[in-house]
Amino acid sequence: MKRHLVSAADLSHDDALLILDTAEEMAQVSARAVKKLPTLRGRTVVNLFFEDSTRTRTSFEVAEKRLSADVINFSAKGSSVSKGESLKDTALTLQAMGADAVVIRHGASGAPLRLAESDWLHGSVINAGDGTHEHPTQALLDAFTMRRHLAPGLGRDLSGRRVTIVGDILHSRVARSNVLLLATLGAQVTLVAPPTLVPIGVESWPCDVSYDLDSVLSKTDALMMLRVQRERMNAAFFPTEREYSRRYGLDSLRMGALPEHAIVMHPGPMVRGMEITAEVADSPRCTVVEQVANGVSVRMAVLYLLLGGATLADHPTRTNAEESTK
Amino acid sequence: MTAFHDEGAAPRAPHQVLDQSDIARVVTRIAHEIVERAKGAEDVVLLGIHTRGVHLARRLRARLADITGRDIPLGALDITMYRDDLRLKPARALEHTEIPPGGIDGRLVVLVDDVLFSGRTIRAALDALNDIGRPRAVQLAVLVDRGHRELPIRADYVGKNLPTSLREAVKVQLAEIDGGDAVLVGDRDYAARSSQALAAEEQSGDAEQPSAPHLPE
Amino acid sequence: MTTRLIRNANLLGQDPQDVLIADGVVQQIGTGLTADGATELDATGLVLLPGLVDLHTHLREPGREDAETVHTGTRAAARGGYTAVHAMANTFPVADTAGVVEQVWRLGRASGYCDVQPVGAVTIGLEGKKLAELGAMHDSAAGVRVFSDDGKCVDDAVIMRRALEYVKAFDGVIAQHAQEPRLTEGAQMNEGTVSGELGLAGWPAVAEEAIIARDVLLAAHVGSRLHVCHVSTAGSVEIIRWAKAKGWDVTAEVTPHHLLLTDELVRSYDPVYKVNPPLRTEADVMALREALADGTIDAVATDHAPHPAEDKDCEWAVAAMGMVGLETALSVVQHTMVDTGLMDWAGVADRMSFRPARIGRLAGHGRPVSPGEPANLVLVDPAYRGTVIPESFATRSRNTPYRGLDLPGQVRATFLRGVPTVLDGEPVAPEAVAGAVA
Repeated sequence: MKRHLVSAADLSHDDALLILDTAEEMAQVSARAVKKLPTLRGRTVVNLFFEDSTRTRTSFEVAEKRLSADVINFSAKGSSVSKGESLKDTALTLQAMGADAVVIRHGASGAPLRLAESDWLHGSVINAGDGTHEHPTQALLDAFTMRRHLAPGLGRDLSGRRVTIVGDILHSRVARSNVLLLATLGAQVTLVAPPTLVPIGVESWPCDVSYDLDSVLSKTDALMMLRVQRERMNAAFFPTEREYSRRYGLDSLRMGALPEHAIVMHPGPMVRGMEITAEVADSPRCTVVEQVANGVSVRMAVLYLLLGGATLADHPTRTNAEESTK
Repeated sequence: MTAFHDEGAAPRAPHQVLDQSDIARVVTRIAHEIVERAKGAEDVVLLGIHTRGVHLARRLRARLADITGRDIPLGALDITMYRDDLRLKPARALEHTEIPPGGIDGRLVVLVDDVLFSGRTIRAALDALNDIGRPRAVQLAVLVDRGHRELPIRADYVGKNLPTSLREAVKVQLAEIDGGDAVLVGDRDYAARSSQALAAEEQSGDAEQPSAPHLPE
Repeated sequence: MTTRLIRNANLLGQDPQDVLIADGVVQQIGTGLTADGATELDATGLVLLPGLVDLHTHLREPGREDAETVHTGTRAAARGGYTAVHAMANTFPVADTAGVVEQVWRLGRASGYCDVQPVGAVTIGLEGKKLAELGAMHDSAAGVRVFSDDGKCVDDAVIMRRALEYVKAFDGVIAQHAQEPRLTEGAQMNEGTVSGELGLAGWPAVAEEAIIARDVLLAAHVGSRLHVCHVSTAGSVEIIRWAKAKGWDVTAEVTPHHLLLTDELVRSYDPVYKVNPPLRTEADVMALREALADGTIDAVATDHAPHPAEDKDCEWAVAAMGMVGLETALSVVQHTMVDTGLMDWAGVADRMSFRPARIGRLAGHGRPVSPGEPANLVLVDPAYRGTVIPESFATRSRNTPYRGLDLPGQVRATFLRGVPTVLDGEPVAPEAVAGAVA
């Protein structure tokens, strides 16, 4: 595995399976009375959140604490970041504090890659969502959830499984990471959205695109509904909320058109009544709550695999020398 | 494949100290000792330590079933996350930890491993047990005790005490993964290696070469 | 004034000639020339071109002297082989009054490295609402003839029409930054395959092309001159080709970076590649090279846009747009156009000196190298190969996309009306040029 997790494209097939298999072991830990491992004792992990995201930050924080890491939450609100301190200066500060890893959520696409490729910081960088770019740990927890339902067993991928992702693809980092990771794991992905919410250049993505939700339901093993922000309506991406819900929302009728075994997923937070009806959201086929639990296991796996062994912090001189000769 | 990674000058050829029938006899004897000391082994839970400890535990369970006529709960323990040398090499893939359905609370847990050496693996296993539950007591069964303890740990059931020098490597082969049963001892140029190099070598042995020698934990 | 004899220079890349300069003027051209007391300069193997003229330079003064000053910017220009630059109007305050353009013009005169021709803003404060005093800027000492809201598009069709019409009175030209603002709200890079993958808001080609199409029609309608800044797409080339075929007075420029770099580079999220208009695709690059070679695009203009380090050492979305380019322009043009066989050195002289000077109506620049003409000259070593080291630049800023790249060609010497501003590849001392050029 690479030293950072910035994009789902960083993961090979073997890497992805290693993370999913490791996450299965981590899930066992979460089921115990003592939900803690000593593995990352003495490691410092900084959760650097430039955007509010209580869910993702909490999930990472639980994962870090279960592995006994020292956790520092560095949120943009109330820190010098909001006073105009640059990403660079923030990174230099964290480096000086001895951060072994930085989990970064940022509104600007590419900020985690900037951090990873700069010499501002030597620790591992884990992307917890950047702008409209990627959210790789979300994709991992989604794949983990799908595997448990559709192809259970260690070492197995998602070959031949059909995943349909519905909603605001254009602005979705979850969709981008899922398309990349699911393709790596052998799944067939279909994106469904109104044409205004499909990015230019999608032809080059390893997936199909459809504008008609009803036509793909019967060929779907996992249906992932994405949140559609109401603001998009004002930018003329679609005429009205009602029309969006009618054409692209998931109600009981549409859920009934799915195969018996199919699951309904949502990365949260859900906008009930918009992309998903309350009835569907609360149905047993909906894995939203399970996805949250799986998020902790997957993030534990990522943290362990990036930080559980020798890292740059342990042998800085040697690794620096190696890097400089690249 | 060079089984012993020998790099020094004229190392002693590996020689066999236990063969298949020796190992079978030893496992049977340990099973009898467990029944005797645990008064019928009624509350015993066997926990094999990955990788070869799991296979040995499985064999012990079969012997115990023969002797007692009962199924003894069996589990597997991966102690990677509790190791004290994690930082010496890249993160390792985890093996499957499986605790039997009845758990370990109030039970007599018998840890099973192939070779007892520094004692660090057992230390890690005890830490892991501590997080999993509260056994009535914990005992240790090993196929070979080669000495050189670095921690105050001893085995309750020993298949064979094997006095070795640190220059030697002990290798346990089990039919389940190595194609046959044997315990071998051979020279290795121990002094010339840093603990880091040893650790790196151990990993490649564990992960990719099932017949690699048993190295310090 | 010193008499100089340039020996064995390949004039416009042709056979070696000697060129005698005195009193700021080319005196004689031939072989085996002699002149008593002349300082001789061996130019064997060097190409002699007319001094380059840039239609599009951001000198940042007044207002952003931390990025560039007229002094450092003109030094950089001289080092790049330029003898005249057009200083864009988006300064602080904006160059939308006679006062500001005269200030910039005087700073250029004081520097002495390179003539500075200020560009006036089309509208007050570049806001696109109300015409600036175009006539006053023309009548000022700066004699402004090129007007541009560059950085912003004159998107209101009526304002654009009026501006085009109004400048006819003094043979002015509107240099349009073609960018439909609504189609590019929040835009970060070229809209295409790469922007989709990177999750960066796209700047679609159509946002440029729609404005160019409208403006060539407006220019034709009112019978005025339109110049299109930094053309970046294959579609824009088609529209300009069509307008020229109609016989309309439309000219266009392309930047060196749009001749070489593509949006694939944005994958690094390194803001050094963030520029407006954005880097496009390889198909666009090829179309632009072809258009420059066949004359559809008239000029290479640098769009030299210096920024202080902190405006680039950050995340992509908040980084400033622009690249420095004065000191690498000729090398990039040699690399993309000459070394590829698309253009010869005479073509380079045409697109980087003759035509830009004509578009800007710049007297004394872009003249043929012949007796009686001003001695605005540049000597280039086309055989030179070197790595771009931004730290060696004369510009105050370091935001070049070419760091570490091997590029051909080096300006060995630049002469502004006979006075060397660059010798042995480096700018001469400031006091050697300040006030030296009449």
